[in-house]
Amino acid sequence: MSLSAKARMQFMKDLGFPAMLSLAKATKGKRKPRKANPDFGPPLKCAARLKEIMTRHYYLSRFAPGARPVAWVTSGAPVELLRAFDFYTIYPENHGALCGAQKMGPELCVAAEEEGYSPDLCSYARVDLGHFFSGKTPAGKLPKPDLLFCSNNICQTVVYWYKVLAHRLNIPLVLFDTPFNYGEITEANIAYMKDQILEMIPVLEKAAGKAFNMERFMRLAELSKSTSQLWGQCLETMQTRPAPMTIFDAFVHLAPVVSLRGLPVAQDYYEILLAELTDRVERGIGAITNEKKRLMWDNIAVWYKVRDFSELFAARGMNFVAATYTNAWAETIKHLDMSHPWESLAKTYSLVILNNNLEHRLGLMEKMVREYAVDGLVVHSARSCKPYSLGQYDLKRLLSHRLGIPAVVIEADITDYRFFSEEQALTRLEAFFEALEAA
Amino acid sequence: MSYFAGIDVGSLSSDAAVIDQDGRLKGWSVTETGPHSTNAAEAALDAALTMAGLSRDELAFVVATGYGRAAVPLAGKKITEISCHALGAYSLFPDVGTVIDIGGQDSKVIRLGENGRVADFVMNDKCAAGTGRFLEVMAAKLGVGLNDLGRLSLAAGGEVSISSVCTVFAESEVVSLVAKNHPIDQVIKGLHRSVVNRVAAMTGNIGIKPRVIMSGGVAKNAGVVALMSERLGVDISVPEEPQIVGALGAALMAAREAK
Repeated sequence: MSLSAKARMQFMKDLGFPAMLSLAKATKGKRKPRKANPDFGPPLKCAARLKEIMTRHYYLSRFAPGARPVAWVTSGAPVELLRAFDFYTIYPENHGALCGAQKMGPELCVAAEEEGYSPDLCSYARVDLGHFFSGKTPAGKLPKPDLLFCSNNICQTVVYWYKVLAHRLNIPLVLFDTPFNYGEITEANIAYMKDQILEMIPVLEKAAGKAFNMERFMRLAELSKSTSQLWGQCLETMQTRPAPMTIFDAFVHLAPVVSLRGLPVAQDYYEILLAELTDRVERGIGAITNEKKRLMWDNIAVWYKVRDFSELFAARGMNFVAATYTNAWAETIKHLDMSHPWESLAKTYSLVILNNNLEHRLGLMEKMVREYAVDGLVVHSARSCKPYSLGQYDLKRLLSHRLGIPAVVIEADITDYRFFSEEQALTRLEAFFEALEAA
Repeated sequence: MSYFAGIDVGSLSSDAAVIDQDGRLKGWSVTETGPHSTNAAEAALDAALTMAGLSRDELAFVVATGYGRAAVPLAGKKITEISCHALGAYSLFPDVGTVIDIGGQDSKVIRLGENGRVADFVMNDKCAAGTGRFLEVMAAKLGVGLNDLGRLSLAAGGEVSISSVCTVFAESEVVSLVAKNHPIDQVIKGLHRSVVNRVAAMTGNIGIKPRVIMSGGVAKNAGVVALMSERLGVDISVPEEPQIVGALGAALMAAREAK
């Protein structure tokens, strides 16, 4: 790592970015504010802080090469290990969501398809590869990685996707292989995962150019744990009626726990968010003005439709108060225990929803329906995410049968809106609303 | 006496039904939608009113349904075709458990709860396979009238298997089958089988509860109805005018709205 690169990054962090931000604020002040929608309660104040954090994260990333080791990481990887080495981490899935929200999905997917990748491949993978080939991104510029860090606890696609990157960039790929839990997690699997962690430490040491420091790792793992727990508490505030935020807010406020977990900035952010949500609960402020029905969402967000969907549902007095997706970054952190760091790290990352059997998922969803007083379920069958979309019709049937709640499946994609048929989705949703209102 | 109307603006046909306050059907129509949904909706309504011997002023409330429902300014309310088909079928067959509707651009299976309410439903994917449009394309390719498909299929001595579910690919498959001198009636039966298999697969998602009703334009095709009944192992009832079930349901919704 070079001293001049380090100095430049520090300068941009301390002076460059704040200057850019105040300039952006000054020009934004001249724009007309968006007209308030009467279906929504007051917007979350800390949204501005969130935007600042994420903008800074992406902005500073371009100055990281040379100053810090850079890693591209999957959303379910045990990033705590990288934090101990001070890696600057980029999450292609988070970047994919950003591209999706900016409606850049098809453009980037086509860039990957032109290189021979199938349109049936996950669109996060296509967006990332498309960005890699074309250099296009709404984030300005992403830093080239020194290392790739991947866990197959969310899907197998990430393994092949990251192998492509490793091959093209000729850099190390560190894979954390988490055997699927068909039933209870086994001791043999925990031992297997622990061995992998011990084996990857020297690889990380080499890529980062520094020795592993156990004390620092434990401190940052604790920070990661408390951040995820704070996120869980933020979600739990939605158990109150009316819920102080909607799941569409949560989709956006999820970004730090995914991509900045284990850094003080993420923990600080969720303290602010939790304080604001708690205050809203105490004062009875709801995210939508007339919360008549409470819904649960299954699967990843439809990123290019977050705003449209939030308005569509709010106009009908329907509020999403829970989602298996947002819950995934809070659900398993309780297993992390620094008295058994490796075994507990393995359990935390192996027991996530997508690495678990459908019986587990059914139990989890049933529990969430009860805890959040859910009246109806919206299931997003995401063309991209096969592991998440598999079994959804059975889950829907069993949940509506056991709990007597209406449920609907809509077919869409996370970023590639060429696979979204708006009229068909709206007809399904409106029929679902009619069934809910009649119930 | 008060009167109510329902208009179902679909991708191929626009249908209307006019009922009186006791729910009796006074007039109905089935017209082509064409390029302009609003005009089609009004033409369908006027045709149904003419049959009923009524004028627009005599209508207390109008409900629009179907894909073009948003383009019907004279409707007081818009309700999805899922809810309307369920209520329409329930009014015709009070013991209905399942409605299979195969329309121009979508197919849906609706399981009913109490009082004609929707308990669950499933619709086809973003694909023309298993829809009326599929049969329309094939009939045109074979030079056979849409209304003759059922008769030809029922009389077919055998059946040619169609392997492609995609409308575009099935069309070229049909061309090559005809080129190889396969009898047209057997090809038609194979095409019907393809539609039935596609829709029957959807019923698996929500389950079949007797009595089963088929509605939509494709329900007029006796060949499809016979194969569907065989495939699901249940008797299937078809209303006298299967294309107006949605419009009838919308008219009944209109009567509810006015209460």
